[in-house]
Amino acid sequence: MEKVAKKQGIAEQAPLLQLQSQQNGTPKRRKWLQPQENIPYHLYLWISVSSIVILFAIWSLLTYSGIVDPLFLPTPTEIIQSGITLFTEFGFINDIAITIYRVFAGFLIAVVIGLPLGILMGTFKVVEAFFEPIISSIRYMPASAFIPLFILWIGVGEMEKITIIFVGTFFSLVLMTAVEVSNVRRELLEAAYTLGTSTFGVLRSVILPAAIPGIMETIRLILGWAWSYIIVAELVASASGIGSLILESQRMLKTSNIIFGILTIGALGLLSDLILKVAIRKMFPWNYGR
Amino acid sequence: MMSMSNPKVRIDNVVKVFSGSRKHAQVLAVDHVSLDIMTNEFITILGPSGCGKSTLLRIVAGLEEQSSGHVYLDGQEVHGPSSNRGMVFQAYSLFPWLTVEENIQFGLKNKGVIAARRKEIAKEYVELVRLTGFEKHYPKQLSGGMQQRVAIARALANDPEILLLDEPFGALDNQTRTLMQELLLEIWEKSNKTILFITHDVEESIFLANRVIVMTSRPGRIKADIPIELEHPRPYNIKTTPRFLEYKEQLTELIREESLKAMQEAK
Repeated sequence: MEKVAKKQGIAEQAPLLQLQSQQNGTPKRRKWLQPQENIPYHLYLWISVSSIVILFAIWSLLTYSGIVDPLFLPTPTEIIQSGITLFTEFGFINDIAITIYRVFAGFLIAVVIGLPLGILMGTFKVVEAFFEPIISSIRYMPASAFIPLFILWIGVGEMEKITIIFVGTFFSLVLMTAVEVSNVRRELLEAAYTLGTSTFGVLRSVILPAAIPGIMETIRLILGWAWSYIIVAELVASASGIGSLILESQRMLKTSNIIFGILTIGALGLLSDLILKVAIRKMFPWNYGR
Repeated sequence: MMSMSNPKVRIDNVVKVFSGSRKHAQVLAVDHVSLDIMTNEFITILGPSGCGKSTLLRIVAGLEEQSSGHVYLDGQEVHGPSSNRGMVFQAYSLFPWLTVEENIQFGLKNKGVIAARRKEIAKEYVELVRLTGFEKHYPKQLSGGMQQRVAIARALANDPEILLLDEPFGALDNQTRTLMQELLLEIWEKSNKTILFITHDVEESIFLANRVIVMTSRPGRIKADIPIELEHPRPYNIKTTPRFLEYKEQLTELIREESLKAMQEAK
């Protein structure tokens, strides 16, 4: 009570403060509807879980009740069953393996060639001036548009799939690596020079260590794209892989197989992303201090 | 070996013109500056912002090339940066992937000093800048003042002929800045390094220096060269003594003229 009285006293003296006391008087606003305000962790978790539960509930309601044609959308049970059959009777694990192999083979080649090139482009303007025009223009040509051309050139074998992954990832990888490298702070280079590092020495002792976490994040991002390129490549022409299974299932009206295939590729992408995310945090603890 | 008549660093008629482009006119940043820095001197260069004082320092460091004129270290003309001129930047120049002790060892590694000796030297300088216990910390885990202490230790560990500091405390809060000035002065009193220190802070320039060089606003010329005859060691409360305040008044007047000129031009 005393405090309130004091406040009123002040308010009388200084009219400016009246605004404040009026604000104090407005009804308490709901915290969780405040823009950008944090909410308690448990509340966040419950809301997140409920969104998945609600989605699942609607799906179950529509399918088990028979409102929706199973050909259009099968029940959750059907999808799990077809998943089991795919693994036990149709050797789905081999399709998964071949898809993973294609993604990693193509992406590995892109990284092995693209990283050094990107680092050189980001470091030396002469290298950048030479490669930038070509790489920048090819970058905007979608890799999927090249598929017919590659089939003409190299057929429908493994080489063609790997090439598509390579083309889909290489050019962006080079340019984004170059950006990461050229963003290394000038002061770091200058500090190294005044500590006796040579012009070429900074490449190894400053530019590389400074840029590597950003480059790893770039690799993580682009690996995500590779998963969608491989499905496109396998949908167009392939006898194996998750994409080819999806296409075959469509021809045989096996909706549940299609959905299981999509879920599998999603899980693979998510898994590879998580592994890289954790690995990056573990590898560069200095980048995530306070 | 060094006789008092030979300067440690001689800046001889240095001119820096930043070449213009379609958007920007040519700028004369440093205009015929000559300055002799004696061994063990602590010189501060005081000037309004944008007066070319940092450019001058960067030329001495070899990070910027002068348009004409020469810089000599122990009588030898210098071209380009080298470990004999250590530099402390305004902020964020530590290598973030290296720990405090690794940062301090960076230059020693370049010199090929063996690991055990490097560790010893790093320990010594960690103690000097009072960061014992933080050897294994990464720069991101340190406050701004601590980071700058590491930067000073890193430059000193390399044992340069001259230490160049470019407004090293400019980004720090007032209290931290005062403590850092005392620490740097204490280090200088102990080690008798030759130091060239850039600042726009009048009090800082007096407190630290044997000589304050006042620069004009653009183009940067030397306006005054004022020896500071205050005793050493200087306690922090020297800043309130009449002698100090006299210097402060004199320098404030000098620098104010230049700031006003700079403001007029900016219009």
